[in-house]
Amino acid sequence: MTIIIYIALSFMVLGFVLSAIRFVKGPTAGDRTVALDTITTIAVAAIILLAYIFQRFVYVDVALLYAVLGFIGVIVIARYLEGAL
Amino acid sequence: MSIMEIIGGALIIIGSAFLFLGALGIFRMPDIYNRLQAGTKATTLGGMSLILGVGFLEPSWMMKMIIIIIFIAYSNPISSHALARAMYKRKRYPLILSEDKENMDAYAEVNPHEKEEVKS
Repeated sequence: MTIIIYIALSFMVLGFVLSAIRFVKGPTAGDRTVALDTITTIAVAAIILLAYIFQRFVYVDVALLYAVLGFIGVIVIARYLEGAL
Repeated sequence: MSIMEIIGGALIIIGSAFLFLGALGIFRMPDIYNRLQAGTKATTLGGMSLILGVGFLEPSWMMKMIIIIIFIAYSNPISSHALARAMYKRKRYPLILSEDKENMDAYAEVNPHEKEEVKS
């Protein structure tokens, strides 16, 4: 089970690095926001996996709150880019 | 290893692979609409699968895992749709590599393209 968790964490770190490169490099604001959305989803999954590794149930609440805040942030940025805010 | 651990480990591997593929799509795709397609759908499936896998490994956490799965399943398409509409209204049109450009952009009937390109 430990080797499976190591493989999963390495996949997620690679995905995080690729999204962060797009976040820095992206030509427009929309590309950066898409990369931020992907980073949020990967971070929620990573926090839940870390909660399983450390056996702390409280971290699951942290993941849920981070998902809610990331969703609201992306919606607000999208409305601002649209010009409706 | 019990049967629950085998199912959970398989779901965790599948989920992390789909998260990596979504991030690879974010990095490789040429256009913002393609990036939305790759980044949102693949990471939705990957995140849901990985969280369900952790729920199988630790069955007493399953209820809150299902709550997070439902939240991801409705929040990711909403944010993707809002971003796509925002970028269309900012006149970042899709990158269509075809001769028949006018007929492939179906939304252009509702919201016709203007002639000048606007930088953003």
